[in-house]
Amino acid sequence: MDSIVAAASVLAAAIAVGFAGIGPGIGQGNAAGQAVEGIARQPEAEGKIRGTLLLSLAFMESLTIYGLVVALSLLFANPFAG
Amino acid sequence: MSTILLSNIDVGSHLYINFTEDLHLHGETLFVSTLVVVFLSIFLFLGTSDLKKTPGALQNIVEVIYDLIKSVAITQMGPSYYSQFLPFIATIFLFILGCNWAGALIPWKLIEIPQGEFAAPTNDINTTACLAILTSLTYFGAGFKIKGIGYFARYIKPTPLLLPINIIEDFTKPLSLNFRLFGNIVADELTVTVICSVVPLFIPVPIMVLGLFASTIQALIFATLASAYIGEVIE
Repeated sequence: MDSIVAAASVLAAAIAVGFAGIGPGIGQGNAAGQAVEGIARQPEAEGKIRGTLLLSLAFMESLTIYGLVVALSLLFANPFAG
Repeated sequence: MSTILLSNIDVGSHLYINFTEDLHLHGETLFVSTLVVVFLSIFLFLGTSDLKKTPGALQNIVEVIYDLIKSVAITQMGPSYYSQFLPFIATIFLFILGCNWAGALIPWKLIEIPQGEFAAPTNDINTTACLAILTSLTYFGAGFKIKGIGYFARYIKPTPLLLPINIIEDFTKPLSLNFRLFGNIVADELTVTVICSVVPLFIPVPIMVLGLFASTIQALIFATLASAYIGEVIE
């Protein structure tokens, strides 16, 4: 592999994961905060809130995972390796 | 260019079984998924063969799983249509759960194979792509079966302007299902591998437990999304 391509791929992988982490991080924080507030307000609804929260957290996390997939394909299955 | 690797991590190398130049199978994926299918079949057969009023341990587990999947299907598809698609959703859920756990719970690292290594079948992108395409086909089929040719009216709702977006959505749905499952499982296994190469004892255990939990959630997510897509089409 060309060393410039290798360096650019590693950098791109890091940027992909890093930036993909920002949005879902904020979103998950918001969701978890609201869920805690909901449980504090209405403790008997905890089970339902927890189920919904986990499901929506997993949805948000999958956005990060897309970035991770891009990073992994750059590192291990690089289409520009030549 | 010479590189120094701290640890040798393989992603995307498989035990190829070649038929011709272009046609090959991924041996380890095939083996583990067959194992999962056989195990699930035996488990479900034993769990449902001797049904009693007061259930035994095995029947209890099967009933819990059934209740879980049924509640998912009813919330997404409504009480009048869910029963037709319940077998599909349940199969998808159990297969993905079995695959994810098979990769995490069985100590595959002890078995050496010439190429690649045994792992969860869902960390091969072909498995997840197959499941995602099956889901797509199912919701197309469900739409045709229940709505007939009127199914295509869905594409020009709410306005015909959205036609391109509605068509693109048909391709992005399986793509996102595919990448979500694949990425999560690969991320789990990669994390465990990396941490094991740094600290091989005790420290990876909580990460493994977290991975087990996350893979259960992923199976649930896949089933939920599949039934949501079907529900969206038939409502």
